[in-house]
Amino acid sequence: MTNAKDERRPAGELEASVLAVLWAAGTPLTPAEVQAALPHDPARTTVTTTLARLYDKGIAGRLRQGRGYAYFPVQDAPGLTALRMHSELERDADRETVLARFVARLSPDDEQFLRDLLEPEDR
Amino acid sequence: MTALLLLPLLLPFIAPALAERTARRLAPAPAVWVLTLAALALAGGSVIALGALVVTGLLKLPLFASLGELAHPLRTPWDAVAVPSAAAAVGLIAVGAWALIRSAVRQARTLRAAHAEVRRRPVAGDLCVVDSPYPDAYALPGRPGRIVITTAMIRSLDAAEREVLFAHERAHNAYRHHLFLAAAELAAHCHPALRAVRDATRYTAERAADEAAAAAVGDRRLTARAIARAALASGAHHPERPAVAPAATTGPVPRRVAALLAAPAPHRRRAAPWVAVLLAACATTSVCASATGAIGFHHKIEVAQGEVAH
Repeated sequence: MTNAKDERRPAGELEASVLAVLWAAGTPLTPAEVQAALPHDPARTTVTTTLARLYDKGIAGRLRQGRGYAYFPVQDAPGLTALRMHSELERDADRETVLARFVARLSPDDEQFLRDLLEPEDR
Repeated sequence: MTALLLLPLLLPFIAPALAERTARRLAPAPAVWVLTLAALALAGGSVIALGALVVTGLLKLPLFASLGELAHPLRTPWDAVAVPSAAAAVGLIAVGAWALIRSAVRQARTLRAAHAEVRRRPVAGDLCVVDSPYPDAYALPGRPGRIVITTAMIRSLDAAEREVLFAHERAHNAYRHHLFLAAAELAAHCHPALRAVRDATRYTAERAADEAAAAAVGDRRLTARAIARAALASGAHHPERPAVAPAATTGPVPRRVAALLAAPAPHRRRAAPWVAVLLAACATTSVCASATGAIGFHHKIEVAQGEVAH
């Protein structure tokens, strides 16, 4: 988790991480705030470049804030399409085969097992 | 010859037990290969055997015997049951083919819908964010592969946990796991006992991606926590979903989490290959038996056609 390691990360991976940070925040973030939120501690200039690239692509918007900018994710067309996709994908029991999903469905016992596991960390 | 053609139909029934142990004991990355290849070989063996049964039955019927230019009646050791077993084989093939076509059509539709969604959205690196209140994330295969994640899932995880999720989905795309899953799915429609092998393949593909993610972020505990949190977040939105597993068993997600929390045990690795070798032997036997059986059967047809001496 050093800057040296970060240099080797492909630019696309950093773009993905930065966009996720912007979405998670809910409010516009300055490059310094984005840098602080990233777990792998990239260089500030790298973060600034990445944010500028996201802005150029129209994925992020920005507001003047002090001497720099604060960035926010651009919301796409209303949530309707997302809802439609969700129902479309949810209907197919075979979905797991083509779209490797991060987590499968849980039984109530599974949920209890996972809650017990997370509990000490959440305290 | 009868036994040679029955063997490929019976061998898949011992595959689930071997596949389950292989998934548990072998390192996940090689296990994906072993399970997929074994499933394909066992599926191929049983399809050849069913095909031979069908042809035998047909050649017992006068119409097909004349079409096949048989000079003498076909001699088989199971004459009495040739026609009924051919009818059963036709039934099994039809049911399997129908299920396979239905599943292929559905999956193609799902893939098309997902690709269409991603095309309409901006992509940062390999990430496509869908603004949705349902926590969900998946790897979308293609060139290049994409990661699709909903805003609800992004907000359910902290930054370090999100890196785990990204690394996990990138591993699926980098190792082209969807091809293995499709092959296992195909095999599952060729013989009902191979469904358990497909499930084991799915589980090991997830495990392989989990291990790749743990290596990428350098923290097994963090990886386990990310999976647990994502699973709970997805579950919270489906209170109506039925319990899929009976009380005593644990589902795939807790098994994945437990596997990450347990340090990789070297002593278990040494014992592991034997299960994998057994599964591979089982698959090889099935292929050899069906091939030998089919060659022998072909010879019998030539005898019946009067082309070669008995």
